[in-house]
Amino acid sequence: MPDRPFALALSVGNRRLVSAVNAAAEALGIAPGLPLADARALYPALAVAEADLAGDAAALRRLAQWCNRYSPWTAPHGVDGVFLDVTGCAHLRGGEASLVRDLVERLLRQGMACRAALAETAGAAWAVARCGGSDSTVVPPGAARQVIAPLPVVALRLDPALAGELERLGLRCIGDLYALPRATLAARFGDKVAERLDQALGAAAEPLLPLPPAPMRWTRRRFAEPIGTPEALMAAAHGLIQRLCRSLGDEMLGARKLVLSSHRVDGEVAEVTVGTARPSRDSHHLCRLFAERLGAIDPGLGVEDMLLAAPMVERLVAAQLRIALFPPEENDTFGKPESAREAAQAGGNIVIFPAGRSAARRLARALPADRDGVDAVELATLVDRLANRLGPHSVGRLAPRESHVPERAQRFAPLFAPAEGMWRSDRPRPIRLLPRPEPIEAMAPVPDDPPISFRWRRLQHRVCRADGPERICSEWWRGNEEEEALRDYYRVEDEAGRRFWLYRDGLYRPQAAPRWFLHGLFA
Amino acid sequence: MTETGKSRRLEALRRRLWALERAGRQSRVVLPFGLGPVDEVLPGRGLTLATLHEIAGAGGEEEDGAVAAAFLAGILARLKPGLSVLWCLGESDLYAPGLAALGLDPQRLIVARSRRTQEVLWAMEEGLRNRALAAVVGEIDTLSLPASRRLLLAAEASGVTGFALRRWHSDRRAAAQRLAPNAAQTRWRVAPLPGDVSAGEPGVGRPRWQVELWRCRGGVVGSWVMEACDATGHMSLVAAMADRSAAQPASRAG
Repeated sequence: MPDRPFALALSVGNRRLVSAVNAAAEALGIAPGLPLADARALYPALAVAEADLAGDAAALRRLAQWCNRYSPWTAPHGVDGVFLDVTGCAHLRGGEASLVRDLVERLLRQGMACRAALAETAGAAWAVARCGGSDSTVVPPGAARQVIAPLPVVALRLDPALAGELERLGLRCIGDLYALPRATLAARFGDKVAERLDQALGAAAEPLLPLPPAPMRWTRRRFAEPIGTPEALMAAAHGLIQRLCRSLGDEMLGARKLVLSSHRVDGEVAEVTVGTARPSRDSHHLCRLFAERLGAIDPGLGVEDMLLAAPMVERLVAAQLRIALFPPEENDTFGKPESAREAAQAGGNIVIFPAGRSAARRLARALPADRDGVDAVELATLVDRLANRLGPHSVGRLAPRESHVPERAQRFAPLFAPAEGMWRSDRPRPIRLLPRPEPIEAMAPVPDDPPISFRWRRLQHRVCRADGPERICSEWWRGNEEEEALRDYYRVEDEAGRRFWLYRDGLYRPQAAPRWFLHGLFA
Repeated sequence: MTETGKSRRLEALRRRLWALERAGRQSRVVLPFGLGPVDEVLPGRGLTLATLHEIAGAGGEEEDGAVAAAFLAGILARLKPGLSVLWCLGESDLYAPGLAALGLDPQRLIVARSRRTQEVLWAMEEGLRNRALAAVVGEIDTLSLPASRRLLLAAEASGVTGFALRRWHSDRRAAAQRLAPNAAQTRWRVAPLPGDVSAGEPGVGRPRWQVELWRCRGGVVGSWVMEACDATGHMSLVAAMADRSAAQPASRAG
């Protein structure tokens, strides 16, 4: 609302005072310090909002922090000023004049009206910024004395009552004070005036108390010898990530964004940026994210310095975060589908499936068919969502394994694992394989023949036709505990046409009743 | 007007209504079975894509769903072979070598497992909203009308075809659910038949199925005897026993 009169009001004691006004209100004669009632008398339609001093102070602090881009030495001053000590920094911005211009332009673009001045001393800069003729001024070296001479004495950061007293005595501008003997000045007005004058002219030191710099989370490692192999780069990155995660843990923070800068011998810097959907300080997880991207780094003749920074962090309060992508290997065919979730619940850990592009890349590599990247990304987001809800062990694919034992020939594999092995197709295999072979009561009068009837799940089936046997032994290297693992499989069809896969466990022995199992179902 | 004339006109009206219902949605793409009598009764002469189909076993076979799964595997083998299929399992008993024998490359499968029907339905819907898939299969017990409607809408919006593979864990549940209405565009019942032993060979012959299309929106129902899919997912009709196909008039059950 730049054109409507607007004021901020503040309660002081039991009075309501105007604390700040916009240009339109100022034009009506409303000034800070005026009682709100008077201001409303001047302009009844005045828009008023409550002043938020704490918010203003915080905003000023943030502004001072933002000014870090120009100098590491910044300090908020008063209620509406920021000091920057740009000693030794101006050349980075192309000189003092261009630094000031840049600062003013950027602030204006953010919608902040400002006046900036650059001078030898903080006092002189303050005076020129507040009372000078231009919105942005650079006082040339050695010229401060002349430049501030015509400015009113209030520009010396004196309090208004003292300034008023000086003015009543005819000391209207700073230049008037130059001629006065120092002793007289101190005797009549106290030390303050002399001190401020000295500070403005550089005769007295004025230390600035800078803001503590916003803590930058980073860690760095220099190498005795340049490194270049992907393994070495990954190992170095791994170390940096672990170190950074430890320090993030101390502060209860998690990284949302990490930048790994590799400084090459020839002066080039290769940057890799990794973002996470939610704050994380799980080094395992972050390493995985980086592992995808490190291949993009061209080490050239070698990398001699690596720097890992976390420019974006968020609060992450948790004793421990365990981020499980997929188990490295799941041994049984189907395992326990709920195990991840159960573990997560029991241990209080959070199982997070990493989202986004890294998954997509792996998927693009792992899945067959030459589909384009968009599809892969879409699929990856789907898989992320499924795994997030169902648990990472519950989403994957059926992968072949070199084994004759039916339940071992298939494993539940992570979707992103590279494909290996082939499906055997030389023997008939069922479409459903029971997770555990189910014992059945079978009637098999002749050894080495299929049963003539069997009972499974309380239903009697009469075998009408049968194929077999197919003898399947467990691999010899599996050791003694599976010595008995020899099965004779039969494919049988009952009177209704249902087709089953049965086996007799072990060799036929006259003295012991054979044990029969139902293992699968054919279409 | 005779009874048959009336039903024929009713059928014509139904087809028109169905076409109107679908106006403005995705243009209809179909997957033909390549079997004349079957394709003939289906609207668009093939299995409509971008919609929801239901496949169930029959006659005590519902629990394991081996025949129904094999019938479905044959369809999936021929459906957009370059794309992945999301198969949401309730029981972890799907066996890839068996699928491979029916022409469905197990590598195409993304398997999601959950014992809870609600989760399976959720996963199906997630999958059906994802255009990168060829099809989504869900092995589900209970499928309510609203739930099936959600799946149907998701499928129609994305162009992914959904298959509800019904599995009931007891005869009682099967009896309660088998005929319950849902929004599936076609509903199939596949039962095993004794294998073909006409060649006189010993042992289990080539498997045969009784495939019954008992509900078909915008089409006619029918029942056929088929030989199981070959290694490319193609089924074949057993000519001598192709009974009742298209002969009986449509009955819009469900």
